[in-house]
This record gives sequence, structure tokens and C-alpha cells, in this order.
Amino acid sequence: MIKKYFFHIIFYNLFFIKEVFAAESGGMPQLNPEFWISQIFWLILTFSILYLFLSKIILPKIVKNLERRKSQIQENIEAAEKQREDSESKLKEYEEIIMKSKSKAKNIFKETKEKSLKDINSKREKLEKQIDEEIKIAEKEINELKKTAPEKINKIAIETSSEILKNLIGTDINNSSISAIVNDLSKKNGDKYYGN
Amino acid sequence: MAANPMTQFEVYRIGPEIKIGAYDISFTNASLFMVISTLAILIIFNLGSKRNSLIPNKIQLLAELSYGFISKMINDTAGSKAKPYFAFIFSLFMFVLFCNMFGMLPYAFTVTSHIIVTFVLAAFIFVGVTVVGFIKHGFGYLKLFVPSGVPIILLPLIVIIEIISYLSRPVSLSVRLFANMMAGHTMMKVFGGFVISLGIIGGWLPLSFSVALTGLEILVAFLQAYVFAILTCIYLNDALNLHH
Repeated sequence: MIKKYFFHIIFYNLFFIKEVFAAESGGMPQLNPEFWISQIFWLILTFSILYLFLSKIILPKIVKNLERRKSQIQENIEAAEKQREDSESKLKEYEEIIMKSKSKAKNIFKETKEKSLKDINSKREKLEKQIDEEIKIAEKEINELKKTAPEKINKIAIETSSEILKNLIGTDINNSSISAIVNDLSKKNGDKYYGN
Repeated sequence: MAANPMTQFEVYRIGPEIKIGAYDISFTNASLFMVISTLAILIIFNLGSKRNSLIPNKIQLLAELSYGFISKMINDTAGSKAKPYFAFIFSLFMFVLFCNMFGMLPYAFTVTSHIIVTFVLAAFIFVGVTVVGFIKHGFGYLKLFVPSGVPIILLPLIVIIEIISYLSRPVSLSVRLFANMMAGHTMMKVFGGFVISLGIIGGWLPLSFSVALTGLEILVAFLQAYVFAILTCIYLNDALNLHH
């Protein structure tokens, strides 16, 4: 039922269109030349106004905006690039400075180490020399003492023995005979006492 | 009721009759929509180019994207030589697009559904392109009708065909836009009529068709404006860079 109605409507509509086409003189209103001149006139007027405004005022502004934005972005990118390079070079400088100071510190350390070692060595040598000299002097003295000691001892021995004898006996005894005895004795036992 | 789908294309006078000499140039509904379209384009693009911010707002983005779109289209089809004609093609595209789109509003009048309007545009383009071609290449522009690498026996035939195809350019350009607009709007009207006549029970089917058609028509409105502009670019390309 609905289907039939639907087709009916389609049919009528088509029929109606045909009827209208037949009824109107030109069929389509587009082909009615009554307002053609008016349409052409208003088309030319509005389109020329549109063209003039767009080409003289609006489009140049859009172009300017776009170019300004482009150049600004370009500038910003360039500035960023420059700053990046700057910071990179500064980082390099900084690293160089650190390296330099590190090597400098190493050098200073080395130098001072060497210097102190040298110092120590020289001082030690000096001291050793001094010690050696002093030892030598002491040895000399000892030797001298060793050399002179037996004579002195002999003398003392002679004197003491002459004194003892004088006290014991009460008379002076010839020193030369005493000394002969002492010398004799010292020669006999000298090795024992002095290690000669 | 069940209105004639062609009545929407009728032009009628708004206000008094204006005559210059024998010619009637009265302000009509067609003129009204031409003025509305022009004003809308100018207002939108004026707003879009007014403030220059590094990060564009929506309307500025719209203006700049349209600029980029058309500039790319011209560059791709006609090359860099077509730069002086940018403003014309931009206006043309925007005018056709806005007229088509305003035609999609209910009760609106579609300026581009009239053959006289599209034909005047196409004829102007045709004459302009031909003049540009002759200015750029002199009589060498006639080489356009003589394709290279064609056997001599076939040449007269080819030349005749080329001339006919060249002369039919304004007709095809204008009829394409006009017919698309008219057919689409007529179809929408017919389906709208079905909705009314089938009523609450059977009207849903044509209604859904009508909704789908509206989407399709908006696509067609954009597409036809694009086709109109890109064909203009192609004709301009022929005139600027003689390929044959």
C-alpha cells in the first residue's frame, strides 16, 4: 500500500515537473533572459570590488604576515643556533681551562716533589760529610791520644811510683832507674792495656 | 505544496526597478547573494589579516591556510609564472565557493546555479587567458593548436579538434558549475518534496536521503569551486608555458 503510494508520488512529481516545464515559457528560470543584464551587471560589480579589495588590501597583508612570521621564526632559529654554538665553545673553553689547570697542578706537584727530594738528598749529603769529617777529627784526636797516652801514663807511673817509694823508703831514688822499669813493664804489658 | 523544484532558481526584483538606458539592472535576490558572498569574504579575510600575531588565532589561521592552499594549487598547476594572477584566482575561488556555500542555506539563492553568471565568469577567463597567451607568445600562441609528434596526414584533423576543444572551454567550464549546482539543488528539493508528501510514515527514507544529499552537496559546492579554480589555472598554464 505504502509502496504504491510512494510510486504514485514519484510519478506525480515527475509529471508535475514536466507540467511546470511545459507551462513556463523558458522551462528553467535560468534560461529566462529577463534578469540576465542585471545579473551580469551585479556580478561584474561585486566581483570587481572583491578583486580590488583582496588584491590591493587583504592579500598583501596576509603575505606580509606570513613573511614576517617566517622571518621571525628563522631569526629565532638562528639566534638559538648561535647561542648553542656559544655555549658549546664556552664549554670547550671551560674544559680546556680545567685540563690546563690539572696539568699545571700535576707539574707543580712533580716539581715540588723533585725539589724536596733534591733538597733532602743534598742536606743528607752535607750532613753525612759533616758527620764524616767530625768522625775523622774524632778519630784523629783519639789516635793522637792513643799515641800520647802511654808516655803520659809512663810519666805518671814513674812519678807516682817515685812518690810511693819516697814515702815508703824515705829517700830519693833515681828517676831514671824507675823509668827504666816502667818502660820495661809497659812494653811487656802495653798490648794488654792499650791494644797496641 | 509539492513545490516546483525549479522555483528556487527564480530571480525576482528586490526593491525598485533600476534601469540604465534600455537595460534593467534592478537589484534582485541574485544580486543580494552576490553582495552577501562578497561581504562575507571581505569581512572574514579582513579579520584574518588584521592582527599579526606570531601564533595565529582561528580566523587568521583560516585566512592563511586558504592563502597557502590556493598558492600551492596555482604553483602546482601553472608554475611560478602565474604569480601575478594569484589575486584573481583567489577571488574567483572564494567567490564561487562562498556563492555555492551560501546556496546551501535554506531559502537561500544559489548565484552559481545560473548559467549566465557562470558563463560570464568562464567567458572572462577564456578571453583573459587568450589575451595573456597572445601577449606572452605573440602568434606563436597558435602553436597550442598544433601538437608535436603528430603525423602530417592527421594534422589538419587534429588542429580542428584542438580549436574546437579550445573554443568549448568556456562552455564546459560554465556548464559544469551551473549544472552541478542546479542538479544538486533540484534533487534536494525533490527529496524534500517527497518527505512532505509521504508524511510521517514514509517520509523517513527520503528524509535520510535528504540529509545525506546535504552533505554531498556541501562537498560538491567545495569541489566545484576547486574545479573551477584549478581549470582556470590549467588554462592559464597553457597560456603562460606553451607546452605543445
